[in-house]
Parts: sequence; structure tokens; C-alpha cells
Amino acid sequence: MSMATATAQPAGQTIERENYLNKHYGVGSWLLTTDHKRISLLYLLSITFFFFIGGFFALLIRLELLTPAGDLVQADTYNKLFTMHGMVMVFFFLIPSIPAVLGNFLVPMMIGAKDLAFPRINLLSWYLYIIGGVMMLHCMLTGGVDTGWTFYTPFSTAFTNTKIVEAGLAIFVAGFSSILTGLNFIVTIHRMRAPGMTWSRLPLFIWAHYATSIIQILGTPVIAITIVLVAVERTLHLGIFDPKLGGDPLLFQHLFWFYSHPAVYIMILPSMGIVSEIIACFSRKRIFGYTFVAISSISIAVFGFLVWAHHMFVAGISVYAALLFSLLSYSVAVPSAVKVFNWTATLYKGSIRYDAPMLYAFGFLGLFTIGGLTGLFLAALGIDVHVTDTYFVVAHFHYIMVGGALMGYLGGMHFWWPKISGRLYPEGWARLAALIVFIGFNLTFFPQFILGYLGMPRRYFQYPQEFQVLNVLSTAGATVLGVGYLLPMIYFLWSMRYGKPAPDNPWNAAGLEWKTPSPPTTFNFKEEPIVTWEAYNYEELDARPDEEAPSVG
Amino acid sequence: MSDSTAVGLHHEHRPELLHHFATEEQQRDSASLGMWIFLATEVMFFGGLFCAYLIYRGWYFGDFAAASKSIDARLGGANTAVLICSSLTVVLAIWAAQTSRRALLIGMLILTMLFGVTFLGIKGVEYKAKFDEHHVPGASFSFAHEEIPGHPGQYANPRHAQIFFALYFIMTGLHALHMIIGLGLFAWLLYAAWRGRFTPEYHTPLEIGGLYWHFVDIVWIYLFPLLYLIDRHK
Amino acid sequence: MFDNFPLWPDRASTAAGNVDALFIFLIIVSGLMTALIFSAVVYFAARYRRRRGVPAEQIEGSTPLELTWSIIPLGVFIVIFAWGAVVYFKSRTPPRDSTEVYVVAKQWMWKLEHSEGQREINELHVPVGRDVKLIMTSQDVIHSFYVPAFRMKQDVLPGRYTVAWFRATKPGTYHLFCAEYCGTQHSGMIGSIVVQEPAQYEAWMNGGTTGPLSATGEKIFSELGCVTCHRSDAQGRGPNLQGVFGKPVQLADGRTVTADENYIRECILDPGSKRVKGFQPIMPTFQGLVSEEQVNALVAYIKSQSQPIPTGPRTTAAAPQVQDMNKAGSQVQ
Repeated sequence: MSMATATAQPAGQTIERENYLNKHYGVGSWLLTTDHKRISLLYLLSITFFFFIGGFFALLIRLELLTPAGDLVQADTYNKLFTMHGMVMVFFFLIPSIPAVLGNFLVPMMIGAKDLAFPRINLLSWYLYIIGGVMMLHCMLTGGVDTGWTFYTPFSTAFTNTKIVEAGLAIFVAGFSSILTGLNFIVTIHRMRAPGMTWSRLPLFIWAHYATSIIQILGTPVIAITIVLVAVERTLHLGIFDPKLGGDPLLFQHLFWFYSHPAVYIMILPSMGIVSEIIACFSRKRIFGYTFVAISSISIAVFGFLVWAHHMFVAGISVYAALLFSLLSYSVAVPSAVKVFNWTATLYKGSIRYDAPMLYAFGFLGLFTIGGLTGLFLAALGIDVHVTDTYFVVAHFHYIMVGGALMGYLGGMHFWWPKISGRLYPEGWARLAALIVFIGFNLTFFPQFILGYLGMPRRYFQYPQEFQVLNVLSTAGATVLGVGYLLPMIYFLWSMRYGKPAPDNPWNAAGLEWKTPSPPTTFNFKEEPIVTWEAYNYEELDARPDEEAPSVG
Repeated sequence: MSDSTAVGLHHEHRPELLHHFATEEQQRDSASLGMWIFLATEVMFFGGLFCAYLIYRGWYFGDFAAASKSIDARLGGANTAVLICSSLTVVLAIWAAQTSRRALLIGMLILTMLFGVTFLGIKGVEYKAKFDEHHVPGASFSFAHEEIPGHPGQYANPRHAQIFFALYFIMTGLHALHMIIGLGLFAWLLYAAWRGRFTPEYHTPLEIGGLYWHFVDIVWIYLFPLLYLIDRHK
Repeated sequence: MFDNFPLWPDRASTAAGNVDALFIFLIIVSGLMTALIFSAVVYFAARYRRRRGVPAEQIEGSTPLELTWSIIPLGVFIVIFAWGAVVYFKSRTPPRDSTEVYVVAKQWMWKLEHSEGQREINELHVPVGRDVKLIMTSQDVIHSFYVPAFRMKQDVLPGRYTVAWFRATKPGTYHLFCAEYCGTQHSGMIGSIVVQEPAQYEAWMNGGTTGPLSATGEKIFSELGCVTCHRSDAQGRGPNLQGVFGKPVQLADGRTVTADENYIRECILDPGSKRVKGFQPIMPTFQGLVSEEQVNALVAYIKSQSQPIPTGPRTTAAAPQVQDMNKAGSQVQ
């Protein structure tokens, strides 16, 4: 992978400066790298691959749902489609995405370190992800799974004939990838901050990843052991979750959701960290209420562990348990709301530009707000009885995960692309893509709220006639959304060869990562930085007119 | 810090210091924190099993008591003693490294591994006994006419007892797997010690390996009474 | 709206109004909050667009503001929680004297049996205005009994009973869906709830019946030999089951439990687990010897041994009762 990275020279003279991309050539130098930046690109390729696989399954699902009858694929096939869409998107795209790509790249740089604390474990983490991914691919190609990504018992342990054990083991392996990433980040953030980089000077991106890492290390092992129990029960016909043998299917649900609820915070917290960075830069001011936003990240991580049974309100738990979990679920909504208010307040008296990253951040604000508010609906016991297991829930979590997490991820990719690749992406196309994504997204998922309240259950491939119009709208939106996602793939690739070379700090942004060349050298900094300024020192940056950011794109 | 583009420039430091760390202290602290975090993940991993076990034990106490009676508490107790001794030898090994006693270091590492192997051997004896008595869950499981301790004439429900044995094998099996991994780790530590890699200034791998070993020991300290000692006095 | 393009589900039960009221409240609150955020973002983005010579004003934050916009939302959330809890509590507390219908779910159909004995597959006939309690179990995997028009959903589990109830308010035919993924024909496991006027319902009921469920249960009780130990005098080797349903029972291990449907079921299928104090552990298990429907019939029979006077199911007058239940949602019709 050779790349001619040029310093910005007039009159077509380019000097190839050594950076992390061109330092060593050859497949071996990539597959055996310990450079956190190269590892983040390895992840970028892999998760993009799985995103397209999961997206392809989504396309087939939406095509099937154009008509009320089950006429595109067979029932069993459809069941496999939504199962594998879920498993791939959750475990092989959303959970790794931001931490493994942007986190890996930026965490050391933002704190002034040369690399993560354990570079070889970082590489191991990628290999575990690949192994898990290959196992999952093999599983899908040789029959797949049809339990839903939630693989409830006793269906998954005693009734289905699909490849549960293989899929479970694939997720088990990928889970360790997640655990090691979290472990690496926590140790790095604790021990490798540059002199003067105190906790209160950390970018909010770092706080967000720290909170995420706590969830990764404490939550993921629980689903790992749950998978082990399911695999053992299935293979040896035990009765841990099977009522016919004395077991309890609800025990599975508790163990499953104990991880899988905090998992959704693994998916959203990093995105919130990105949004903080973008809004600060494109408003040219420090995030309003920095301390509160930082504490909110940690609170979300902690409270996120206390609410899992809100997925089980109609599952057969006692009324009193339901009351408790409903109450706790409202408590976790408060820090999320606080963040949205703080981001909005940051815009006040800012100096705002509408570059593509900022458009994605605006999109995030809108869509995450709607997604979060619909969470309030679901946490209300009386409402949840009606809308749980319907398209209302599907719409809710897609608003958060796609409207929230994915928008943040795309915003971050645009924001840091010049740093990562040394190239500028085409701004016009990027703004268009952001708009297409926003429109396509709402068209796809807003009708699903209505469908859910009307009573259309999840995981149905045939449905009563009166649900068709809304389903058609949703599918139409999905095609638009697909176009919106394809565009960045194309122009990012295009920019790697034809994009304008990027200056070191095209946005004149705050943060140590912008004090390095674009792209950076292998060890990031020439000398260890000594930090004497607060985070988001935009006033200082803007007071130097000769370094005003050149127009981008 | 040296940028590798500046050819020839290289700080004076011990070969153990990895390049991305600023100081040996940072490296040592990082390794230690990393191992503690890893052990936290292991606590959560075993925690799920303990959770399942405690729930079923609460529901099916009598059946679990009957099943527990059928596993050999003397062997389990012996294993407890073996592991505690092995943790002692680990501590002595680290002390030996801190005080440059190479022979003692190597001796203690070997002894630790011997204790580990003994543990696994005793475990093997136990497993074989369970196999012979048809207490291994699965097709040939049988647990008929076993009295519930303290309730003469009342017999344990075999389905519930099977859950006990399923959890028994999974929990002790997972623990044994961690033991085996520990033995592998200590084999590497032994080799490194023999090659003279550990000094009073640098013996971090011993410390974090020791942490791991102590953790495996502590898991057993919880497993033993929970599994082996239900209502033994009855 | 358009003919085949509904945007709001039918409201056909007493609970529906309550749920809809809370839902509308939440739509209003969310709508306001969304409008607030959206307009603030749009306004600030336009008003504070980057202009030459106008730098951003660095504002650290405002603790009073943070506390305000933490506490006020929390207050609103508590209100929503409390309202939702009340609606939920009502929906999970079947009234006494509800008519009982036993439901057995299996891949991929619903089998229903009225106390009066009628059996239905994928369809449930009920009269308007009557409290109906569903006592449900599954033969295989987890299913979920979902009637959108009643705003009612309850997972149906293998190995135990779960309970749900409703009171229909509007005649008509409404969707019944399975709402917990259960395999190949999950989306085909659908049916109808047929709500009829009381007269029509009586007519339907009298058109062919096998006798009440409890009578079936009595037959099974005798055929399986239960009656030899569970005699109605004090000399049986098993407890006298007359009057036992719904009352507390002292167990041999010291605990006290209530003899509800799940307890009776457990005693039949797993007798040792909750043995009654003062009796020997000699009852054999009937696991594998009785079907779920037969267990339901036995439970119905044992219940019938506890009712003081055999009464027919009561039909309550529709209008006043409906208003009673809708106290919370005053704007609902």
C-alpha cells in the first residue's frame, strides 16, 4: 500500500515525507504491525467489509417486506437473514467500529503517547476479530443461524437445527477482541498521558472511550460465559435453560441482557465522544459544561449495568422487578439528555461552520434525540407491554445505532480523514451524502414507529395487508439510505489517490493529534508533548489569524 | 523520544524497556494495571457461572445437597491445600527474584508447577470417579435413589441433580482450563528464569504471572465450599 | 384515514384507552422536546454562523443550568414512570371472578380452551364487557400472546403458567399475533380475537360443547388414580384438595406457598419439589404422562373444588365499568 503523501508545496513539487503509511511496504509490514494507526486501518477494512454484508442482509429483508406475503424468500431463509443481519451488525460492525478504528488511531495521539500501552495485544485483538469474523462467515455460508441475534432458549438450545454453536463461538472469539481493546484503552489512558495532560484536560473523546472500555471489560465476559453455557447445553443436552430438564429459560435472558444492554452503550458512547469533538471544533469553542459531559459518560456506563431487565417486562418477571427496572431505566436517560443539552448550548455564541463533519453532528443531534425520547416510551411499563417485540423497538434502536452511532462514526471519519490519510475528501459530495443519509434514514425508520404501535411484530416476513403502505415507505427510504452510505465509500477511496493533500491541521482544531503531520509518523510526536493548556483552547487557536484554516475541499 | 527517522539516535536504556514507554516505571505500572483489569474480566466470566449456580442452589437446595455429598470433599480439600501451597511458592519465587536468588527462584517455579500438576491429577481422579458413577451429565446420567441429607426417605430429583453436575463440571472444568494455561505461563517463566532474564530491577512477568496464579487459586477457594460442602454436617 | 392505511390501532379493550392516553402524553412531551432541540439547533446554527471578525465566545458552563436541566427532566421522567407503572399494574392484575381461558401455545398455533369446555384453534371468542383471564403455557419454546387492539401482550413460557387479562369493549374481529420469535412459522402463528355481543356469544357457546373444563379435569383425576390418594376425607395418603386452591400451604421444608395454578402444575409434574408438610414423599410424577391440556383441565377441576358456590360467569354492564377503568385517561372516549 504505497501512498504518495505530499507536503503542501506550490507549483506541483511534491516531497514524499516519511509517515506511518509509507514507512514500510509489503503485506507483512501490515499484518505484523504493532503501530496503532496501521491496526486501525486494518480494522477499518474489516469492519467496512462486514458492514456491507450486514447491509446486504438488510436490503433483502426490506425487499421481502415490500409485500405482505412471504414471497421473495422462504420463511427459514428470512429468519436467517434477520438473525445474521443483527449478529453481523452488532458484533462485527457496531461494537468494534469507533473504538477499533478511530479509538485505536486517536487515543494515543490525543493523550500525547507514542502508541497504546500494549501494541502487540492490539494486533492480537485484530486477529481475534478476524478469526471470529471468518468463523461467522463460514457459519453463514454453510447454513447460518435462525434464532434472532438474541438466541433465546429453549429455541436455540433444544429446537433449532441451525449452527448455533459455531455462531456462538464466533461471537465468543470476537468478544475477546472487544475485551482486549477496552483493556488496552484503560491502561493507556491511566498510564501513558503526556506530562501536563491531566484528567480534566482530556478531550471528551477520551472520556467517552474510557467509559466505553469499562463496559467492554466488565460486560463482555458475561455474554462469553452465556455462549459457553448455551453451547454446552446444546451439545450435551443439559438442562440449564431447558424447563423440561429443570432449567429456567428466563435465566438465559437475564444473563444475555446483562451484557447486551450495556453493549448498546458501547455502541453509542464513542459516537458521543466524536460529536463533542466535532461540535467544539466547528463552533470554535469549548464544549459547554465539559465536566458534566465527562461525568455523564461515566454515569451512562455505570447506570447502563443496572437496567437490563427492561428488555423483559413481558417475559414473565415479577411486577416488582419490572417496577424497579423501569425506574432505573429513567435514571440512565438523564445523563444522555444532559449531553444533548450541553451540545446544543455549545452552539450558542459559537462561530459555526457547516462542513460535512458538522452536518453529521447535526444529524446525530436530531436523530439521537428522537431515538432517546422513544426510549422513554419503552421504559414506561404500560406502553412497553404494547410495543415491545414490535417494530416500535426496531425503530427505536435503529434511531440510536444508525441515526446515532453510525452518524457519529461517519462524522468522525470525515473529521479525521485528513489526518489518517493525508488527503482531503471532496466537501461538496460529503455534504450531499450527509443530507441523503439523513433523509433516507428518517424515511426508512420513522414509519416503523407507526407500524409498531399499530401492532406489527418484529421478525415477521408476512404481515396483514394494512401494514403494507408503511413498509413500502420504509423500503424506499432504505434504498436512499444505501446510496447515502455508498457515496462516502466511493469518495474516500477516490481521495486516497486524487484528493488534495491535507495540511497538518485543516480545521485548525484543538487537540494533540492535530499537532502532528498529516499523515503522522510512526511514533506520532517528534518529542513528547508537554501540555500546559486546557482542552478545546479555541480562543487561543483563533487568535492567530495567519494560521486560519484554509478552505477545505 | 527517538523518532526512528533520525538514524543512529538511540537512548541509553535497558533492553527490557519497550520503545513506546517513557520509563520502566510506566511500563511496569502498565503491565500490572493491565493484569488487574484482565483479572476483573475473569471475575465477570466466572461470575456468570456462580450466579447461575447460586440461583439453582437456592431453588433446588436438597437436590444439590445430595449431589454435593457424592463428590469427594477429601480430594477437594486436598486440592485446596495444594493450591494454597502453590500460591506460597509463587510468592517465594517473586521474593527470590527480588533478592537475586536464582536457584531458589527456579526451584520455587518448578515446585509451583508440580503443585499445579498435582491439582490437575487429583481433579482427574475425581472426574473419573464421577464418570464411573454415571454422574456425568448427558445420555448416561443416572442419579436415582440418592437421599437428601437430613431428610431420610426423601430422594433427590435426578433432573435437578443433573443441573448440579452440569455446573460442577463446567465450573471446575473452566477452572482447570485456567490452571493449564497457568502451567503454560509458568513453563515460559521457568525458561526465562533459567535464562537469567529476571533481576531485582526487572521481574515484571513474574509479578503479573503471579497475580494470575493467585486469581486461579482464589476462584478455587470459592468453588470448593460452594460445590463440595453443602450440608456436609447432615 | 385511507382505507387500508391505518395510522392508529383499534381500541377495543378497557386497557387500550389507558395505554393510548399515556402514549399521547409521551408524544406531546417528546414532540415538545424535539421541537425545542431542533429549533434551538437550527436557530443557533443560523444566528451564530461564522462571520469574519466575530469570534466565538468561550463559555465554560453553568452549574445552575446543568442542575435545572437534569432535575426537571428527571421530574418529568418520574411522572412518566409512575403513570406507566399504574397502567401496568392494572394490566397485570386480573380482576377476581374473571372468566378463565386456558391457552396452550405450540409451534405454530394457539390452542385455547374455555372453562365451559369449548376448544378453539387460533381463535378466541369472547363477549363484550367480560373480564377474561388467560392462563397460558407453551408446549415447546417461548411464544407471546399479543392482541394490539387490546394493548395486551404476555410471553408464554414452557414449564410454567403466565397470566394475562383483558376486558373487550367493542365487538369486532382483532388480530392475534405471536410476538416472541419461535421458529419457521413465527409470522404465521396468528389468529383472531372475536368479540361478540353477549347474546351472540351465548349462541356461539351453546353450539357444541364438550362440557366444562373442570368436568374434563374430574374425569382425568379419576382415570389417573389421583382420587385414590387425594380423598375428600382425612384418610387419604395425599392432601385433601377441596378448598385448597388459592390458600396458603405449609411445605415440608418449612416454607409456605400459595396454591396457585403454577403450584398445582408443579405438584403434578414434579411432586417432590414442594411437598406438603405432614405427608410422605410417595406421589409419583406425571411428567410425560399428561399433556398440557390435561394439566389445564386438572387445574380447572381443583379450582372448581374451591369455589364456594358454583356461579356462572358474570357479564358486567359495559358502559359504567368502562368509564371506571378509564379514570386515568379522561380524554379517551
